[in-house]
Amino acid sequence: MECQELHIPDNPQYRELKRIIEEYRNVPGPLIQVLNRAQRIFGYLPREVQLYVSRELNVPLSEVYGVVTFYNFFKTEPVGKHIVNVCLGTACHVKGAQRVVDALANELKVEIGQTSQDGFYTLSTARCFGACGLAPAMMIDDEVYGRLTPGKAVEVIKEFQKNETNQN
Amino acid sequence: MKKRLDVLICGGGACLSSHSQDVKNKFIEVLKAKGLTDEINLVETGCMGPCEMGPVMVVYPDGSFYVQLTENDVEPIVEEHFLKGRPYQKKLWAAPEARKIVEEKRQVPFFEKQQKVVLALCGKIDPESVDEYIANRGYEALGKVVTEMTPEAVIEEMLKSGQRGRGGAGFPTGLKWKFGKASEGKQKYIVCNADEGDPGAFMDRAVLEGDPHSVIEGMAIAAYSIGADKGFVYCRAEYPLAIKRLEAALKQARAMGLLGKNIFESGFSFDIEVRMGAGAFVCGEETALMASIEGKRGQPRPKPPFPAQKGLWGHPTVINNVETLAAIRHIILNGADWYASIGTEKSKGTKVFALSGKVVNTGLVEVPMGITLRELLYDIGGGIPNGKKFKAVQTGGPSGGCIPAAHMDTPLDYESLTKLGAIMGSGGVIVLDEDTCMVNVAKFFLEFSVEESCGQCAPCRIGLKQMHDLLEKICEGKGKMEDLDLLESLAHTIKATSLCGLGQTAPNPVLSTMKYFRDEYEAHIKEQRCPAGVCKDLISYVVDESKCIGCTACARTCPVSAISGAPKQKHRIDPSICTRCGSCIVKCPVKAIYIGPGAVKREVESKKLHLEKTL
Repeated sequence: MECQELHIPDNPQYRELKRIIEEYRNVPGPLIQVLNRAQRIFGYLPREVQLYVSRELNVPLSEVYGVVTFYNFFKTEPVGKHIVNVCLGTACHVKGAQRVVDALANELKVEIGQTSQDGFYTLSTARCFGACGLAPAMMIDDEVYGRLTPGKAVEVIKEFQKNETNQN
Repeated sequence: MKKRLDVLICGGGACLSSHSQDVKNKFIEVLKAKGLTDEINLVETGCMGPCEMGPVMVVYPDGSFYVQLTENDVEPIVEEHFLKGRPYQKKLWAAPEARKIVEEKRQVPFFEKQQKVVLALCGKIDPESVDEYIANRGYEALGKVVTEMTPEAVIEEMLKSGQRGRGGAGFPTGLKWKFGKASEGKQKYIVCNADEGDPGAFMDRAVLEGDPHSVIEGMAIAAYSIGADKGFVYCRAEYPLAIKRLEAALKQARAMGLLGKNIFESGFSFDIEVRMGAGAFVCGEETALMASIEGKRGQPRPKPPFPAQKGLWGHPTVINNVETLAAIRHIILNGADWYASIGTEKSKGTKVFALSGKVVNTGLVEVPMGITLRELLYDIGGGIPNGKKFKAVQTGGPSGGCIPAAHMDTPLDYESLTKLGAIMGSGGVIVLDEDTCMVNVAKFFLEFSVEESCGQCAPCRIGLKQMHDLLEKICEGKGKMEDLDLLESLAHTIKATSLCGLGQTAPNPVLSTMKYFRDEYEAHIKEQRCPAGVCKDLISYVVDESKCIGCTACARTCPVSAISGAPKQKHRIDPSICTRCGSCIVKCPVKAIYIGPGAVKREVESKKLHLEKTL
């Protein structure tokens, strides 16, 4: 990667990141923790943020990029306002999770990993979040919805979007 | 002050997502309105186990067990039960076998055969209250250990108890500690592996959410034994509530001097830090886990040196699983002999299983080692729902295998399961019925392992992909009989030559399904038929003309216009165009569309096949 002058805008997001990095300055092996927090601030980890973390923690950018791309949790592309995460763990799989994903993809007109045209939802899949008793299950952000059918899942995301749109 | 009634409402993951919080808030509101707050003690606990029935609630002293509560049940329960003393029959657990309303928790068949040790306080106490933990002999074991016992004596006790690691491999805990103790080093670490990655396992989550102090106490005892002063809990990011409760518990323990410098004025100092994972299954492997704690890519390294010799940042490190650590205080308090008296000759103690899949009572159960699969499935699990036929259980996740109906009476312990080609693993038990395609299940696990392979060593990275592609070919009806031999030989090579546990065990699901369900593989290959009606290319969607009302809902939703039929006429699906997406089944208001068996090849594909043959 070419050497380039890093222009960091002076905005609240970067000030918050700077504060977090200071917090972890004396903790051994802080990279993953810092990236975790950074993703919470920015929603994803664009190149600039990776570069900033690399310089501040004095870790080569290649290593930062290596870590970011190794773990599923880190995103390098912007995501929608809310993430619909459908569990594809074994219990969900045998109870028809694939059909739930297909129905959602069809409804949102996206493939897995993509964001709907209106930027509201990103459709994603997970490897089991331990809600096997409720299989098949999905999460919208941190909230779990269980015992789904393809039809019910579509209803849930419609309802969720309607509620939020009405609130605003 | 002792209150008249203790009302415990489950705040475990499953109950929370079936809105137990709303029910709890409604109780608070109603109790306040009726002026009962002083008489009734309302507590939100960790997971009680029967997740399928959530939200669940127990009322003591009588032990009435309520299930599937909604806000509307709150008023009548307060009115009938809390005020008039008559349990509200409508929402008491009706056990399907007994066909009678069960009033007391211990009479519920789901609980009868269980023996709760690790989960003893899960679902009984408020996980966010250290006082309730202490009132249940919490931190007594730690006090005893640091003031009355030498580290050697603790390790001796652990060895005598026969406890084996609950993370999967079943290595004796005492032995691990002995190695950790023997390693030279000024700095040593104890790590709790809470990266519960096996799909279908959620016991560690339940323990962390329901009884976090037991894990902290177990870690402190382990640290004292090996001479560590610092611990890490490595918890997966998918468990935000577990992390929150653990952090809260750590704070309380520090405030009470149960963590920190000079604990119980014994000179022993110890503290714990929580490290969050970032979604990589391989990080459950101990050397990968350590790399991840160090902030690096979670790639395993060869062993030896073992972590107990060279672990975190090169220092001796002992890594134990959540369930293992949570049992330790019970071993110290009740003695090694007591623990060793539970279970079988080589597998001591109790084991928590996470029951899920096609079983009536999904949820968490804790049973003595050596219980049979039949007891677990039918007596506790309540059997298979919807009158379907049992096919197999899958244990051990992507590293494990299947146990078919013929081995229902096998005792569940480490050795018996390994002999059958399955493994204990972390204790996830997924029940499969006749509607599950075993080839599809094998492919599912392979897909998992292919994606989660760290990519470091060739057998795992390349070999698993080859196996996956073969399975895909079979599922599409294009497999050949020779492919089965190829699968088997690949599987053995990968097992023998992979660097870490992930690659060494990833072929197991294929080997075990090929062993017990070869007929299903052959049906896919020889007859191009999926007996369970799962594999998309080997099934067709059919309109039941006797049910179809001709509403056109299916035709309008079909993304590829495969459905023909004018309004008010019977509709028909053209199998040569249909992509088996399932949209029509969802839309049909009268459930007239069903999945039919039989190999119906898509026109384009048969053309392609034809082309391949002529070339």
